[in-house]
Amino acid sequence: MKVLVPVKRVIDYNVKVRVKADQTGVELANVKMSMNPFDEIAIEEAIRMKEAGKAEEVIAVSIGPQQAQETIRTALAMGADRGVHVLHDGVVEPLAVAKMLKAIVEKEGPTVVILGKQAIDDDCNQTGQMLSALLGWSQATFASKIEVGDGELTVTREVDAGLETIKVKTPAIVTTDLRLNEPRYASLPNIMKAKKKPIEAMSPADLGVDPTPRLATLKVVEPAKRAGGVKVADVAELVSKLKNEAKVI
Amino acid sequence: MAIPLIDPDDLAFTLWRVLGAEALTHYPRFAEHDRGTFEAVIETARRLAEEKFRPHAAKSDANEPRLENGKVVLIPEIAEAVAAFAEAGFLAAHHDAELGGMQLPWTIQQTAFAHFKAANVPTAAYPFLTIAAANLIHAHGSEEQKRRWMPPMLGGRFFGTMALSEPHAGSSLSDVRTAARHLDDDRYAIKGAKMWTSGGEHELGQNIVHMTLARIVGAPAGVKGLSLFIVPRYRLGADGAPAEPNGVRLVGLNHKMGYRGTVNTALSLGDDDDCIGWLVGEPNQGLRQMFHMMNETRVGVALGAIMLAYQGYLESLDYARNRPQGRHPGDKDPTTPQLPLIEHADVRRMLLQQKAVAEGGLMLALDLALRIDRGNHDPDDTVRAREALLLDFLTPIIKAWYSDRALEANSNAIQIFGGYGYTRDYPVERLYRDNRLNPIHEGANAIQAIDLLGRKASMRDGAAFTAFLDEVDTALAEAEGIAEVDAIRAATQTARDDLAKTTVALLAKAPDIGPIKLLANAHAYMDLAGLVAFGWVWLRQAIVAARDLDNAPRGRPRDLLQGKLHTARYVAAWELPRTAQHAALLMALDDSVLSMRDGWF
Repeated sequence: MKVLVPVKRVIDYNVKVRVKADQTGVELANVKMSMNPFDEIAIEEAIRMKEAGKAEEVIAVSIGPQQAQETIRTALAMGADRGVHVLHDGVVEPLAVAKMLKAIVEKEGPTVVILGKQAIDDDCNQTGQMLSALLGWSQATFASKIEVGDGELTVTREVDAGLETIKVKTPAIVTTDLRLNEPRYASLPNIMKAKKKPIEAMSPADLGVDPTPRLATLKVVEPAKRAGGVKVADVAELVSKLKNEAKVI
Repeated sequence: MAIPLIDPDDLAFTLWRVLGAEALTHYPRFAEHDRGTFEAVIETARRLAEEKFRPHAAKSDANEPRLENGKVVLIPEIAEAVAAFAEAGFLAAHHDAELGGMQLPWTIQQTAFAHFKAANVPTAAYPFLTIAAANLIHAHGSEEQKRRWMPPMLGGRFFGTMALSEPHAGSSLSDVRTAARHLDDDRYAIKGAKMWTSGGEHELGQNIVHMTLARIVGAPAGVKGLSLFIVPRYRLGADGAPAEPNGVRLVGLNHKMGYRGTVNTALSLGDDDDCIGWLVGEPNQGLRQMFHMMNETRVGVALGAIMLAYQGYLESLDYARNRPQGRHPGDKDPTTPQLPLIEHADVRRMLLQQKAVAEGGLMLALDLALRIDRGNHDPDDTVRAREALLLDFLTPIIKAWYSDRALEANSNAIQIFGGYGYTRDYPVERLYRDNRLNPIHEGANAIQAIDLLGRKASMRDGAAFTAFLDEVDTALAEAEGIAEVDAIRAATQTARDDLAKTTVALLAKAPDIGPIKLLANAHAYMDLAGLVAFGWVWLRQAIVAARDLDNAPRGRPRDLLQGKLHTARYVAAWELPRTAQHAALLMALDDSVLSMRDGWF
């Protein structure tokens, strides 16, 4: 079977994000970017399926600017077989991503699509679910364990109450949670091998999708700074402040 | 969020903008590479260092290696880190593809290794010693020796050491006594005692390969009679797997001030006439063969010292920004909030000293790595010869000057932390202890100073010295007319002139005064030459910073360049003027040190 893994280029998790002076978004110029950590987990899981003989091919897909190729190259250096790059500058929303992925899925015919449960830049947590609906495939979100069976997957999900194990028929969509695996490092020999692996380039138009955003961002601001605390002399003063200043009791 | 191992913006500025390391891809050997592969390698190193090396640095310091039932016990995290390092392919990275390597330039490998040194220099020592030992076999071993020993070493199954020093002969290798008696072919019976062997015994791999200096029976006295041997912990069976023990016995462990994760051993070879060594290359060539690697090893030691300074700098910078303490002079009102430490001028002085040494040192280490690459791979003979000369001149400087200044930097880091810096609750005291080794090993700093003044300054009729002055002059000429760099240009010019006139005067007097008097003040000469090299690297950084400033976006990119220009100003004002004092003392042939007598102490 083929496994398709979308990977997103996001601000590196180590970077302290700053809001642009004109409040239109966050500062991206000269900021270190890397692969969304949940997508790394997705790539790792797909590679493990291949190493276990359950999958024949792992395809990494990224939608984004020219530099998104670097993110695909990282996936190839980890062990993915080939890449697909949909070149698009500017904002792209989960629904447009899901539509483009649907078109790629119909072209490539994977049995499983593994996605990160969310991207750490916008934290939408939507693309996997939308893709599942568009394709009419089963979905297993927030996976912390995946077992590949015959025509089905057994997936352990991280839910509020604990762990839930479900079976889904393939083809299926899986989204990864943090504890699914520990992604590998791109080894030096694999970095060199990745250079020779193919990356197919295409545009949203090639996929018949209009990526124009449907939402308008009014403004982006930093979270309010936490005000300093005060010390109160006794319980009476505390109660008085809660009542008269904070007005919470 | 933990502080970075290296400031990534500083590294990018130094490696790509100032040094132009991307040009390496023009050499046929590196043609398969591009900046993308270089950056991917550096990124793998950064992650591996942060995730597998840094987390156990304090633990391995607190739990030094110990003996249990005759075996060396290390904390288990060391084995995990070293295995991950091997698995990622770093042991073989600079070798040919046939050896499992990726023909990585030394410059990029050193950039990657800088991250491991910053993260945990004692754990990094195990793979680095193995790489150095494999390099020796690669450079001088027979085809048979390479075939037998290199694959398991580059695969992380065998580890390597350098067994040079003996209990009575540390810096003085001419007094090495370990004896080698010829058996047959390249096999010799080895007998003797070795001291200070790092990684001399442990259970990290299947075997340990000691690259051992010994004296073949009947060989000349002194360093001319030393030969290099492969002395394994276990001999190899016909299948190449480790078989019977080879008579290398662990006498004891040395208990060190720092660098504790690296087990350091006293070894005994052939107590029961049961130790075999395999001669590498020709007899009596041992020291020459070792020196072949020495430039690279010494630059590596310097890089370790510099990365410890770099970590101390980042740690104390973070602390200075966040720790409120005291108020400005004159402000005596205790009801006002305390200022962060960084608001105090003298704290900024200590941060500037550290920044100058850490970032300037990193640039010089990578500059020398580039010279190693160009010296090995440039198609033009004159370029290769020139780079080799510059490397000869600058190697003792980076080793001695930077290991001294890096220790001063770590001392300043502790000072900024105040009492907390003196406790084990913060890492800066450990960085200092780890760094205290670097002025001592791989040729004590006094020996480096003697090498610089006694040999390098005059070698090939002063060709190495002249080549260095030419490089400085090129940077000075480039700086003409750039107003932002006036201070560092003028100070570097003065320092350069102090070095030039002092060197010419001393070498002219050398035949009359003799080596003892010439070299008595070599320490001052080292600081003089080191300061010129310091001015030179900061001038080069300042030139690029000044050029890039106009188009730099506000915020971090612009601050980085302003920080470079300002640090260059600090170097010009606070550091470089010391050259005048050294020049005066050296030219006067001051003998206050030399003529002091034992009984007067």
